[in-house]
Amino acid sequence: MTLAAAIRTGDVSLLPGRRDEAWRWTDLRGLLRALPPLSQPFTGEVGAGPFDALGGATCALLNGGAGEIVAQAGDNKIAALRLLSRGIGRHAVKVSIVVGRGATLRLLESYESDAASVSQSLLTFDLAEGAVVERIVLADDHADAVTVSQAEVRLAPGAAFSQTLLTSGARRQRIETRIAHPGGHAAVRLDGVYVLADKRHADLTTVVAHEGLDGVTRQLTKGVVRDQARAVFQGRIMVSRGADRTEARMAHHALILSDRAEVDAKPELEIYADDVVCAHGNTVGALDEDALFYARQRGMPDDVARAMLTEAFLGEVVDRIGLEAARDVARAWVVRRLEARS
Amino acid sequence: MLRIENLHATVAGKPILKGIDLTVPAGEVHAIMGPNGAGKSTLSYVLTGRAGYDVTAGAASLDGENLLALAPDVRAARGVFLSFQYPLEIPGVPALTFVRTALNAQRRARGEPETTAPEFLKLARAAAAALKIDFDMLKRALNVGFSGGEKKRMEVLQMAILKPRLLILDETDSGLDIDALKIVSDGVNALRSTERAMLVITHYQRLLEHIRPDRVHVLAEGRIVDSGGPELALELERAGYDKYARAA
Repeated sequence: MTLAAAIRTGDVSLLPGRRDEAWRWTDLRGLLRALPPLSQPFTGEVGAGPFDALGGATCALLNGGAGEIVAQAGDNKIAALRLLSRGIGRHAVKVSIVVGRGATLRLLESYESDAASVSQSLLTFDLAEGAVVERIVLADDHADAVTVSQAEVRLAPGAAFSQTLLTSGARRQRIETRIAHPGGHAAVRLDGVYVLADKRHADLTTVVAHEGLDGVTRQLTKGVVRDQARAVFQGRIMVSRGADRTEARMAHHALILSDRAEVDAKPELEIYADDVVCAHGNTVGALDEDALFYARQRGMPDDVARAMLTEAFLGEVVDRIGLEAARDVARAWVVRRLEARS
Repeated sequence: MLRIENLHATVAGKPILKGIDLTVPAGEVHAIMGPNGAGKSTLSYVLTGRAGYDVTAGAASLDGENLLALAPDVRAARGVFLSFQYPLEIPGVPALTFVRTALNAQRRARGEPETTAPEFLKLARAAAAALKIDFDMLKRALNVGFSGGEKKRMEVLQMAILKPRLLILDETDSGLDIDALKIVSDGVNALRSTERAMLVITHYQRLLEHIRPDRVHVLAEGRIVDSGGPELALELERAGYDKYARAA
């Protein structure tokens, strides 16, 4: 039951739905009675991408296709990956990202749809020993789009993979990251920010499997939901037998700014090893009324105080982005998304 | 300047203020002393418009304008400043950003031009130096991880920058050691002026040795039960609040 199979065949009965445990909060089967036709090639202008100012080669995939991004051993490069959907159609995308020994890749990935398309993307990351990847994902989808993005990440010992997802959701959207963590002082950072309004839905699902000694995973996801939006956070960290001295920390914090918005969170730690340091924290709540009053007593109108506190809440995640220019893009995006409503 | 008449207020339906009458003219510092639970903090929150503190009767005005009808931020823009007993921690917002946002919001509300970044930095540097605050501290999230004394100094720094007309100090001495008390008091005293009124709320006389009041009022059971000159504070220190508890 995968969206990829449904897109290939046009058979909606292949869609994952609420009977699949991993998809129960992001039900595609119940949502889509029919799939749109296969997407047509698009030859028009696509406009600027969100990371254009940062330079680096751009791989743009339009209404489907396949691509490859390679950083050779010792390379240090920035690459943009634009996954574009134009018009109403269905398509799938495959991208392979290979990063050689000791190479550094900053991948600036964007999802840009403009209509009620249905799309699925599969990205595979292969990091050789000592490779460093920072993946920054900006998902700015159309309100009627249905998208699933799946990344499978394989790390060699000593590699480092850092990720920051920023999303405003879609009609239904899932961004999934699966990591095979070899231990061996490989380090993973998995962060996310969601800002959801109207009836948008975003599902951030991560699975990290620690298979070896001395692995590190740090995860921080924060989000804001308002109106009738719905956020799903599913974070799972497994520490296999023998993956001793693993250090894994997971945190998810959400602000619900309206009575009709919803956040479903399922943090899971499964530990079968010894001498591990694992922790998880999960909170869902409203803005701190005391802090709001304090800001208002200093002269800030309610909307200014709320915007400042909300931006600061999400800022903790944005501040962890390593590439400064990307951090600036992310910060501006957050401000824009928060203002989009008021 | 500040005029309070027959002010009654409840918290969660429970009467706390039961008819307060108080006038603080411009240029004067008045102390409000009283036992725990007398309604001292409630008075400060009622004057600043905190939700949950409901006025059931009476009036409070600043220079003739009804304060109670205004939103908290509008009161602030009119010049009402509360130095909190427990200043809030604001994660993710550098102190400089917080104060500048506040200052510019107040200026907008008053129809004044916003401060430019260089102007603001100059103001902030001067205020920090006077309060012996390391300027780098202002780049950190406001009050997060600050000691009690540092938080109170940040309150005084905000006063110095925002230049309010009515200053309400709620237990400003709590949590301060002698040195910090001196720095904070000096900071407050530097703001004394003929155009500014201050309401100093305190349980102990100690603070009043540093911030000398013109008048002292005793608040007990939600009413002002006694008023006098600075000598009243000394008498309270000696005799305690017992007689007022009986009187009230």
